[in-house]
Amino acid sequence: MNDPAIVLRARDISRAFPGVQALSGAELTLRAGEVHALMGQNGAGKSTLIKILTGVYAPDAGSIELLGNAVTPRSPIHAQELGISAVHQESHLLPNLSVAENICAGKYPRRPWTRGGGIDWRETGRRAAELLASLGINLDVAQLAGPLPAALQQLATVARAVSTDARVLILDEPTSSLDADEVQALFALIRRLRDKGVAILFVTHFLDQVYEICDRMTILRNGKFVGEYACAKLDTHGLVAAMVGRELAATTRSTATEPADGNAATPPVLAARNLSRRGQLKPMDVELKRGEVLGLAGLLGSGRTELARLLFALDKRDTGDISIDGKPAKLDHPADALQLGLGFCPEDRKHSGIIADLSVRENIALALQARMGLTKFLTVAEQRQIAGKLVAALGIKTSSIETPIGQLSGGNQQKAIIARWLATHPRVLILDEPTRGIDIAAKQELMNEILDLARGGTAVLFISAEIDEVVRVSDRILVLRDRNKAGELPRGADENAVYELIAASHKA
Amino acid sequence: MKRLTQHMLFWPAIALALLLVASSLFNPSFLALTWRDGHLYGSVVDILNRAAPLMVVSLGMTLVIAVRGLDISVGAVVAISAAVVALMIGGSFSATGTVQSAHPLWVALTTALAVAAACGLWNGLLVVKAGMQPIVATLILMVAGRGIAQLLTGGQIITVYYPPFFALGNGYLIGLPVALWIAGSLWLALHLVMSRTALGLFVRSIGGNPEAARVAGVRSAAITLCVYTFCGLAAGVAGLIVSSNVKSADANNAGQLLELDAILAVTLGGTALTGGRFTLAGTVIGALIIQTLTSMIYSLGVPPEVNLVVKATLVFAVMLLQSAEFRQLVARAARGSTT
Repeated sequence: MNDPAIVLRARDISRAFPGVQALSGAELTLRAGEVHALMGQNGAGKSTLIKILTGVYAPDAGSIELLGNAVTPRSPIHAQELGISAVHQESHLLPNLSVAENICAGKYPRRPWTRGGGIDWRETGRRAAELLASLGINLDVAQLAGPLPAALQQLATVARAVSTDARVLILDEPTSSLDADEVQALFALIRRLRDKGVAILFVTHFLDQVYEICDRMTILRNGKFVGEYACAKLDTHGLVAAMVGRELAATTRSTATEPADGNAATPPVLAARNLSRRGQLKPMDVELKRGEVLGLAGLLGSGRTELARLLFALDKRDTGDISIDGKPAKLDHPADALQLGLGFCPEDRKHSGIIADLSVRENIALALQARMGLTKFLTVAEQRQIAGKLVAALGIKTSSIETPIGQLSGGNQQKAIIARWLATHPRVLILDEPTRGIDIAAKQELMNEILDLARGGTAVLFISAEIDEVVRVSDRILVLRDRNKAGELPRGADENAVYELIAASHKA
Repeated sequence: MKRLTQHMLFWPAIALALLLVASSLFNPSFLALTWRDGHLYGSVVDILNRAAPLMVVSLGMTLVIAVRGLDISVGAVVAISAAVVALMIGGSFSATGTVQSAHPLWVALTTALAVAAACGLWNGLLVVKAGMQPIVATLILMVAGRGIAQLLTGGQIITVYYPPFFALGNGYLIGLPVALWIAGSLWLALHLVMSRTALGLFVRSIGGNPEAARVAGVRSAAITLCVYTFCGLAAGVAGLIVSSNVKSADANNAGQLLELDAILAVTLGGTALTGGRFTLAGTVIGALIIQTLTSMIYSLGVPPEVNLVVKATLVFAVMLLQSAEFRQLVARAARGSTT
């Protein structure tokens, strides 16, 4: 096989942030006229690598060669001048400027002083139109960018990125907000650019898209280089295993508790029928029984978090009936969910979990107080007692329960948010990635806590990107893929089975 | 000592104390209090009395700012409330020479307050339901409200002749101005509601992190709506005091620029403009600082044309005193010069 010309080669790239080694010894090779996928789980170091290539961060060690010459991008603009352009997840067109103004921004053609100087707007429009035409994009350059659909904005952003004669184009999650048709339009553009000899780096969490458009892939795990593979030679099984770092043959023994008494006659604590939301979750049924841990597995973007948010009424569902203990329930606001005995630990602790300025005590008391309403007030003494007990029970490390929660470490903040819900004695507790970003010991304690909860009769919906955790604590595992139910596994299922369901659509 | 200097009210209180000391240096009789005709007289009582409307408005503003909002329509609402109460009382001389009110006093007062609360509710709906930026949403009523007040008064200054109404802005109760009692009881009531019910916790949660408060099941929309309504109501109360004090309703000038003074009072008091951290007592001190400044400038005999410049300079100095960054800078400079 003839190896196409190498455009960019990054070698032995390392970068540390306070407390984390984001990358150590990463490698990446991009070739002209190829689409290359960069794969890895959250925290694998994909973003860091991209930011190093585009000059946002400087690497601690390693070298980057562009067309055989050593380069050190100092800023995104410098990277662009070198020929490395990037398009990020959300399109970055300025909504109040026209498409042409957006495309030429920063490099507007000037009129000669004989014609009065200043920007030549006519030439701006002509250049933009020419660029779009050469890429086969049919778009009026005079209209404002803001009202355009996301997909067209995305196409225009890509056009802008390559307008600087980019040799390397980095696409970071370009499809995450596009629907299937729009993805195809973007892919058509990517293929055209590929055929013009641009080296393209494509980052996505959608495995099917990787196999559709990419020629090769580089896999990172925990900041380390796992390998470079031709897409045709590595099936989804191999890919998922390489990403999560586990041989599919290895099985973990389930340490789950005995199933709670499975009296078939008692209705499930929580049941949702035909639950859906456009663009986020395809219609599905979910049931949770008393004392059961239901694991939710799937890759990012599979609909895990979306399902949880719909169950807690954080997002409005398009369709779906939810019943509690077999009785239809009104569930239109998180406050309704709270009244019905549901609890929800969100995935994004900083943004939607903690209230950083408030004390640990107030953060813990908040949900219980919200359920009791305005009139019945927990006195400070009562709050202290509840918070003190939970802080001790969960082993939350804080100098005092009056310390602002923002000063605690991530793991302890997470425990405090769980304590917030434990204080309400929930019948159903939804935990979205509760173990993310916390250390191994804290993870272990948390898992034990979850099992204790279930033993006490609480139904737990446990969401985690780490399949081994899901397998270890769950009585039942619901596997999601592409916002759809891919299948359900009984207690004791091993990781292989989960991976198989995740990867089922791409069996080689 | 460290605990004392870190208290939220420490620097606002120091600023107020310094101003009072400065005032008494310029005017030796400034702190003097005398008892005459059954009530207290003195510059300090005068400041407290005059600061009352600003205190009332600023207390409402404090809560709005605490939930990450802003209400710049309070000045206009003061004018509306003043216009409504003046119109409803009307007042004409009867044949016997006594003054009659067109409507009973309590009906007039309640109507004015209800209209003011409705104004606040309108602001709240624009912010919560229509999702407008608070400054834009309340800008609408700030502009339109003064127009409405002028429409009500027909562009005239309406004079009130009905004496019982004058008690609000000019009367005394147990030796102290009625207006001060009103502001004081409003502060006490709010303080109790915030510390003895869950509302304080909810308000601080919403201001601290609205999304997290929603996820925790706090009904943020309803609470925010109530807070705006209350802010309108407080502005209505201030409107009653103001119109009672001047015995008339002037739609053009009543509450003019009061919104800015109120925001300033809240800030001077130590409430974070970013929401979350708020202090009602601090706001009261902030309002007193502003009124003390104003009185000081008058008593100094500053010519009217430079009045605003002097006031701005003093506000600037007070703000510097309260800025932790500035104090650190000074401390570092002082340490540098001694070594």
